[in-house]
Amino acid sequence: VVLLHLKVTASGLPKLRAFLGLSDVSISEDIPVEGDISMPPTSSSQDDGFSTLDEPVKDTVLRDLKAVGNKFVHVLYPKKSKALLRDWDLWGPLLLCVTLALLLQGGSVDSKDDGGPQFAEVFVIIWFGSLIITLNSKLLGGTISFFQSLCVLGYCIMPLTVAMVVCRIVLLGGSGTVSFVVRLVVVCASFGWSTFASTAFLADSQPQNRKALVVYPVFLFYFVIGWMILTFAPAQ
Amino acid sequence: MDNTDELKFQDFEEVSNLLSFDPNAPTVAVSDSLASLSGEEDVKLDLNEDEEGLENSKLLGENPTGGFWTFDYYQSFFNVETAQVMDRLKGSVMPIPGRNFVKYYLRNKPDLYGPFWICVTLVFSVAISGNLSTFLSQFGDQTYHYRPQFHRVTIAAIVIFMYASLVPLCAWGFLTWRRGPEGHMGCYTFLETVCVYGYSLFIFIPTSLLWIIPLEWLRWLLILVSTVVSGSVLVFTFLPVVRDHTKVTAATTLLTILVLHSLLAIGCKMYFFHTAVHMATPATTTLPMMTTQVTQAH
Repeated sequence: VVLLHLKVTASGLPKLRAFLGLSDVSISEDIPVEGDISMPPTSSSQDDGFSTLDEPVKDTVLRDLKAVGNKFVHVLYPKKSKALLRDWDLWGPLLLCVTLALLLQGGSVDSKDDGGPQFAEVFVIIWFGSLIITLNSKLLGGTISFFQSLCVLGYCIMPLTVAMVVCRIVLLGGSGTVSFVVRLVVVCASFGWSTFASTAFLADSQPQNRKALVVYPVFLFYFVIGWMILTFAPAQ
Repeated sequence: MDNTDELKFQDFEEVSNLLSFDPNAPTVAVSDSLASLSGEEDVKLDLNEDEEGLENSKLLGENPTGGFWTFDYYQSFFNVETAQVMDRLKGSVMPIPGRNFVKYYLRNKPDLYGPFWICVTLVFSVAISGNLSTFLSQFGDQTYHYRPQFHRVTIAAIVIFMYASLVPLCAWGFLTWRRGPEGHMGCYTFLETVCVYGYSLFIFIPTSLLWIIPLEWLRWLLILVSTVVSGSVLVFTFLPVVRDHTKVTAATTLLTILVLHSLLAIGCKMYFFHTAVHMATPATTTLPMMTTQVTQAH
């Protein structure tokens, strides 16, 4: 609480008025120039009247896990719901990115140069790619916020991560033509699903004449991730 | 009381004395009129500068709305619509001798969306097509083990982004330095040069996809066609600018632009699209190693 107290004596009032250039302005001499400037009490740090600081850790963790799981369900059935946008979080994208990068390891280790993407390369492509696409859509005048867009792009990698798991299981059975065709179909389907799910959320935030300009980078992003999954060659 | 008066209004007493001496305060009026005069002059000067600035920006084709540290500055470079981008892409693959790309398609609204995403797409299309062509050339070979060759993406990205940013910088710098004291007529801004170069790289995307077909004569034909098309876009754009220079300078400038462009095309083809001869050498070197291991085991 800040308090500023102004008190002008009766003899000082004409001097003050003259100084302020209010000589010709008629002010009643009876009104005392006195007042308080006080700030309203700041809102307490407790949200909605209850404190989350005293609950057991298990509750906090479970609540976050439930939120993440809820968003996974929304990606699986991409209806136009606001849950992904309103309560964004980056736990899901981090989990998916680390899972995908770990699954893309263990590839052909004969020659380090000609192998698949390293862990850091996958990480950089996913996060840097999401960042570039978000910046692109913001620069084109999108109304979605920065972290909401990162959240949507990250969660929509989930179909591709599922495809990666399926591909690794298929590769356990052999790496012939049949397995390639199966992997191709699975990766194409999940790539289409990811692109469709993310455009369902992102395209709404753009004006009509720029939708294609925003959708194309998303298409390219998931295409590159799909390519990395499809070309994963296991060690012999 | 005196103490409090001294404490409170010590500073203001002189001023209030002056004012109370003449409550009409002619000094204030004079200062007001002086202020208004200088204000008007300042305003006129500002208007002139603003008008000059507007004319400059119209000639140079930029309308930045803020310093380069603000978000709005960069937003002005993405002020394009889908139809405009499609138009510019079409213009980059169909160069017509009379049409200057900058004047006809850009029309003082250069954008950074096109060049940036064309370069990104080109990086991935070259790397992926190179990988596919290597795979196809070794298709019948039983000893060949498919490798994703992901490091090529990094190399392609470095090469293409450096070309798309440094070569326009050199071209713009050279042309600006040579334009002499004629003023800003006929010289493009840096952004327009980057834009032209970026859009001229678009033809290489379908070319790189067609390079997968493992026919040598087709690949060289494709290089020729794409370099001619994209080079002519650049030549038609820069021809009006170098027209005032001497013939030798003009010819050298245009030739340098064409040579750099074709070097990029040929370099991409040579590095990313190995022929079967180059890839056979690792296989032949692994065979002696295997035989020596077998002999050592015994």
